[in-house]
Amino acid sequence: MMEWVNVIIQGVLIGGLYAMFAAGLALIFGVMRLVNIAHGDLIVVAAYLALIVTGAVGVNPLAAILIVAPVMAAIGYVLQRALLNWTLGDDLLPPLLVTFGLSVIIQNGLLELFTADSRRLAAGAIEVASFPVAEGIWIGVLPFIQLVAAIAVIGGLQVLFYSRPLGRAFRATADDPSVAQLMGLDNRHVFALAMAVSLAVIAVAGVLIAIRTNFDPAIGPARLIFGFEAVIIGGLGSLWGTLAGGIILGVSQAIGAHIDPGWQQLAGHLAFLAILAVRPQGLFPRIQG
Amino acid sequence: MSGMTAPFKVEHATRSSRIGSAALAITVIVLAVLPAFAGRDDLRLCSEIFVYIALASLWNLLAGYAGLVSVGQQAYVGLGGYILFACAILAGIHPLAAVALAGLVSAAVAVPVAGLMFRLRGHYFAIGTWVIAEVFRLMAAQVSALGGGSGISLPAQIVITMAPSRQLREFEMYWLALALAVAVCGAIVLLLRSRYGLALTAIRDNELAARSNGVDVRRLKLAIYIATAFATGIIGALIFLQKLRISPDTAFSVNDWTAYVIFITVIGGIGRVEGPIIGTLVFFLLRQSLADLGSLYLLMLGAVAIAIMLLAPKGIWGVLAGRFGWQLLPLARRLRFSADGRTNPSA
Repeated sequence: MMEWVNVIIQGVLIGGLYAMFAAGLALIFGVMRLVNIAHGDLIVVAAYLALIVTGAVGVNPLAAILIVAPVMAAIGYVLQRALLNWTLGDDLLPPLLVTFGLSVIIQNGLLELFTADSRRLAAGAIEVASFPVAEGIWIGVLPFIQLVAAIAVIGGLQVLFYSRPLGRAFRATADDPSVAQLMGLDNRHVFALAMAVSLAVIAVAGVLIAIRTNFDPAIGPARLIFGFEAVIIGGLGSLWGTLAGGIILGVSQAIGAHIDPGWQQLAGHLAFLAILAVRPQGLFPRIQG
Repeated sequence: MSGMTAPFKVEHATRSSRIGSAALAITVIVLAVLPAFAGRDDLRLCSEIFVYIALASLWNLLAGYAGLVSVGQQAYVGLGGYILFACAILAGIHPLAAVALAGLVSAAVAVPVAGLMFRLRGHYFAIGTWVIAEVFRLMAAQVSALGGGSGISLPAQIVITMAPSRQLREFEMYWLALALAVAVCGAIVLLLRSRYGLALTAIRDNELAARSNGVDVRRLKLAIYIATAFATGIIGALIFLQKLRISPDTAFSVNDWTAYVIFITVIGGIGRVEGPIIGTLVFFLLRQSLADLGSLYLLMLGAVAIAIMLLAPKGIWGVLAGRFGWQLLPLARRLRFSADGRTNPSA
């Protein structure tokens, strides 16, 4: 019994990470109807950036977020202005194929720069620290930080979206790009800012992954898929839904892994397919337009 | 349209398509007798080219015409390969019969998969198909009778049942690959010349307009998805019959069976039958000269594909066809009126 409670708690904690992947994906889809296939690879870029920053500056990996997030945001802004803005339009193909090409470029670029070796960020004692919450149930400090970070990031996005001028610009552009432009918004700039926010969010996730697990240039696509599954499970367009989606995905994976280690990812995918079959609109679909 | 009383008939061929078709026919004949002259390595390379022409043509049909942008066609390549190995090793079915069976199983599996995936729109459909491929890969790794995660080789006693000598077997594989590429391209040309082809071209150009003109878009897309799965499964079986070894990572490789195929189609010209053929030739020319670069080669290929998507979205063939009015295959639709011989050109 205690064993299963533990499994579910671990799943909930890892779910926070998936929610951050998903929030970044949902944000740009919401604002500009773009699905960034290179999303997962950009998470890996953040992880490598954290590796460089901690190596060069010698700061604690968690503090590296303060450097990596702004750098990723800048990359996002430039990427959107210089490349992705040109792909937007009625046709689905250009954004899909360009971000797919980007994904392949990033993976192979990282492979050239860092080889295929697995890396990991050393964060010291925090990696293994844990605290008891009940008889026989311990929570790791790092996974706990992950979930708290996810809640903070999604809460922050919620505030940004619904009570800040930038969020209003995001929502206005999402609702009707041409009217938003007439009202004096520069859509290209708004889209670029949305991509910057999205990449800042996944920078947090990327650094946390780098501390918690081994990473190499090829793990990006799987992160994209986890984020995507969490978005669909949670319901398109709902920020808190992505948190729920991430947690459901994390718990399914934890239960699968507990039954048989080979079933970890499979169980997550099957949970996603089951929800798609039963409730294609997701668990928490957006209510208002 | 074809009744005796119709005052006009539809002509598909143009002057350039007559020249193109004749050239293609001659090429196919030359390729068919190639084993008599060429060495083993050349035949292997040609087989690989045929396989990619077939895969890219199918992906083009799916994404370029039916608007179903899948990044998960490796699901059916791998499934076809695994069905072949399962049939041959576990059930003792002759490998060639198993190739056909692989297509049928892939088509059958595609039905429920489409039921799920068609719930996802546009972009999300693309990633959804990738999830399916991952599910297949992870499941294949669980089948210990087929080697689990590390894969399995086709036992020698099964390989011998295909042909008495190694050379004959290689010829057989070569002809199979050629026949498959010709069959896939031929079937696509016939499909596009039929009324379904007109509907598909309409979907390609404007889905909403196609729907409002009475095209049953969803049904046509479903049919195309299943038909592509069928053919892709057969190709997958053939690929791994040639390799004689299969593992989950090679069978469901997104780089080998989807990234290359997408780049080929984009570079050659998406939404045109000639595109994948031109793209495959360019791809192999580049690969033969740049293969030493390893991962840099893929990186450059990605960059070229992005540049083409942004600067010339119709690809190499689109640019050539647009500038010179070339057409390799008889796919035009031109009304010829019988009364006074007037013509009314239309795409």
